[in-house]
Amino acid sequence: MSRAAVAPPVPRWRFALLGLSLAVMPLLLLAKVASLQVMSGSQRGAEFLQDQGDRRTIREERLPAYRGEITDRNGAPLAVSTPVSTLVANLSLAAGRWSEQQLAALAAVIEEPVAQLQQRIAANPRSQHLYIARQLPLQTAQQAMALGLPGLRELREYKRYYPAGEVAAQLIGLTDIDGEGIEGLEKAYQSSLAGQHGRAQVIKDRSGRTIKSLAQLQSPQMGQPLALTIDLRVQYAAYRALKRAVAEHRAEGGSVVVLDVQSGEVLSIANQPSFNPNDRSQLQLAAVRNRAVQDLIEPGSTVKPLTLLAALESGKFTAQSRIDTHPGAIQVDYKRFTDHSNYGELDMAGVLSKSSNVGTVKIALQLPPESIRDLFQRFGFGRPVGLGLPGESAGNLPAHRRWDDVTRANYAFGYGLQVSALQLANAYLTLANHGRERPLNLILQGGGAGQHAVADADAADQIRHMLAGVLAEGGTGRRAGLDGYSSAGKTGTVHKTSAAGGYHSDRYVSIFAGMAPVDNPRIVTVVVVDDPRAGGYYGGAAAAPVFADVTATALRLLQVTPDSLAAGEQLAGAPL
Amino acid sequence: MQRDFVRRIDTSASRSRRLHIDLPLLALLALLATIGLLVLASAAGDQLSYLKRQSVFLLVGTVVMVAVAQFPLRFWERWTIAFYLAGIILLGLVLLVGVGAKGAQRWLDLGVVRIQPSELMKLSVPMMVASFLHHRAIPPTALEVFIALVLTAIPAALILVQPDLGTALLIFSSGLFALFLAGVAKRYIVGAVGVAIVSAPLAWLYLLHDYQRQRIVTLFDPSSDALGSGWNIIQSQIAIGSGGLAGKGWRQGTQSQLDFLPESHTDFIIAVLAEEFGLIGVLVLLTVYLLLILRIGFIAANAASVFGKLVAGSMALTLFVYVFVNMGMVAGILPVVGVPLPFVSYGGTAVLTLLFGFGILMAIATDKAKN
Repeated sequence: MSRAAVAPPVPRWRFALLGLSLAVMPLLLLAKVASLQVMSGSQRGAEFLQDQGDRRTIREERLPAYRGEITDRNGAPLAVSTPVSTLVANLSLAAGRWSEQQLAALAAVIEEPVAQLQQRIAANPRSQHLYIARQLPLQTAQQAMALGLPGLRELREYKRYYPAGEVAAQLIGLTDIDGEGIEGLEKAYQSSLAGQHGRAQVIKDRSGRTIKSLAQLQSPQMGQPLALTIDLRVQYAAYRALKRAVAEHRAEGGSVVVLDVQSGEVLSIANQPSFNPNDRSQLQLAAVRNRAVQDLIEPGSTVKPLTLLAALESGKFTAQSRIDTHPGAIQVDYKRFTDHSNYGELDMAGVLSKSSNVGTVKIALQLPPESIRDLFQRFGFGRPVGLGLPGESAGNLPAHRRWDDVTRANYAFGYGLQVSALQLANAYLTLANHGRERPLNLILQGGGAGQHAVADADAADQIRHMLAGVLAEGGTGRRAGLDGYSSAGKTGTVHKTSAAGGYHSDRYVSIFAGMAPVDNPRIVTVVVVDDPRAGGYYGGAAAAPVFADVTATALRLLQVTPDSLAAGEQLAGAPL
Repeated sequence: MQRDFVRRIDTSASRSRRLHIDLPLLALLALLATIGLLVLASAAGDQLSYLKRQSVFLLVGTVVMVAVAQFPLRFWERWTIAFYLAGIILLGLVLLVGVGAKGAQRWLDLGVVRIQPSELMKLSVPMMVASFLHHRAIPPTALEVFIALVLTAIPAALILVQPDLGTALLIFSSGLFALFLAGVAKRYIVGAVGVAIVSAPLAWLYLLHDYQRQRIVTLFDPSSDALGSGWNIIQSQIAIGSGGLAGKGWRQGTQSQLDFLPESHTDFIIAVLAEEFGLIGVLVLLTVYLLLILRIGFIAANAASVFGKLVAGSMALTLFVYVFVNMGMVAGILPVVGVPLPFVSYGGTAVLTLLFGFGILMAIATDKAKN
């Protein structure tokens, strides 16, 4: 102890050395900090670093635009957007920081098995943008965010919802999960429906959560709403009747098109099979196709009225002309055309109501070969109707340099050309509208050019009245008779073309095209039932009842005054 | 000279002297703790628990400091070896049953609290060396120097294998400071410097872990591994640079508040201060530290015993090194080592050890001397 009391001989130079090194370090540090903070100009100086700092925190954020609603003519919603939240994780910030309990809690909120969630996270351990759950209800997302998991953030989005579900699925189409229209009207009107997303300058933290909004650079432009001419009530009726018929006849599918003759507005386009657009996971390609506008059929007997109209226009025939169909068959070159039975001598109306192939062929062979095709063309075959729906078919109306008799005969009753159900409906609208074509509308107040005559009005009216006979007792379409309204129309039953070429001998497409009421037609309806295998395959059996059901419903909904006693009353009064 | 000084101090100082309180030291500590809590409140953000716990540590630490100061210096001198051995045992336990984070075992979990024994050694190593040397003739003999080096090297080695190179080096140097102040012969100093220079390349090749080499490389070129080991340096430089002259204001720093700055409440807390209070804030903090170190140096110079001189002197140097190694690493002039900023960085063991040390400093300052 006593030795320690002696003043230690610590030399002065040691303190000098100490003092010097003590002074150097703070000076060095200050120089460095000052160069970082206030010296400008140097390559990694203050301005550079401040800019780098802003780059890390100030981001541009997309402000989602509200997608325009699609409604029917009365404002009933067909496609609406609802706000939802998507949960995204930045795993490079979260890795290993989510405890088992937190993970389990998150899995419970988003209703995903824990093991699956763990597996997804394990599969992308460094992902900076892993979707934890997409398009959750806002409340659910809030619950998930309340768990306070590091690196988890919430994105606001809109989810498309289709209130009418499968009833108008192919027509309305659908959007993909990012809100881009991929089918139907959603695709056709993508640019106007989508609007313009906005941009905002925001401060974000490292896990991407928005902390503060600095400025709105561009406000989002709401998408344009789209009001359709479709009447959802008619659409429901059409869909329901078609679905029942397809089930009853065990058919592959079918379509219904309903048009308003006075405005050219499309009231309904329904298809079977259908799909639920609110559940993309079950999507089947065959069900997404809008058969009414995309699929082509040979129109068969449904074009006989047009062939006869060409005959009237030619001046060689009148409504009173009589055609001898005896003995119910005719040989044209190598081909024999037959009727169901020997109808004997028929007038024009009789040819239509019995759907006599022999009569139609006989008339056609007396007309110049180009005239029938020309009339078909005037009635819209061979070109798209122009509703603007994706995949709208132009049909197939071949022109031949040399028309042999078999081709002419085939053409006359609807073989050797192809149309869509929509095109057929369009042609019948022209027929119902006194031979004047009226451009079709799918968009309400979509404008469109006025009507113009494409056929002789008197001749067209005569044919229309003849068609009323088809639905009378003894006609092929008597099952198309309407409750309370007079109606006119034509059945068609065509052999299905086989994929291998040629025709199936035992598979058919059953068609009915018609209008009502007869004197002042308001509604044109076309029904196609594809490949009915039970309960009768004739157009009169499979398609006509659908026509009757849908057309009567449409007329009632349009408040058209009934012009005929109800079938029920008639039956009650008449002796059976 | 020392007597004159004592006589000059006024009556209130006399009273504080009776309470074994060094007023300038206490005032500087209070200032530093205030700055520290202010910055921590910003750095910890919404996590108020950090702030609360740090406040509790500071309060408890202050009580400990005052209590420690009441005991005569000789008491602590006698207990030094016990502290030292206890520290060694705790370090051994860390290696056996320690818990850790980020690949290193540094803590002992005592159930209620987690302690970091390497923090304790920052105080007990210089005390141990001082305690060993002051009994002997000065300057120390070669054997004594050797024993002092071994006393220093044992805890340093235990910390090195945790692994925590930064703390190990600092602990080792705190022992060297005590040796240096004890007047070790010039030839040892020159020899040590020579050995250091020669062994540096060998250490680089054989002693350093890959991540440690990487940290030194990134010091010179942070962008060489911008998302890995360079991330800390780049982010802290951006935070510092973003502050400018006067800073963005308390709690307004985007880099620190928005989680871009790693370890913002512990080792890199100075970057938070630099971003929010600018160059002026850094200057103020630096001044407070320098005043504190000068005051400790003054205590060392006026210590009544050799033990007091050695302990206070090496503590001044150790504190100095801690402050500037931390700031230097955040500013990017030293490699990244896990060294907290005394009194400002969050950490209970560090605060308690530091205040314990300051209690001993106050005991030294008010030690009436040798019998």
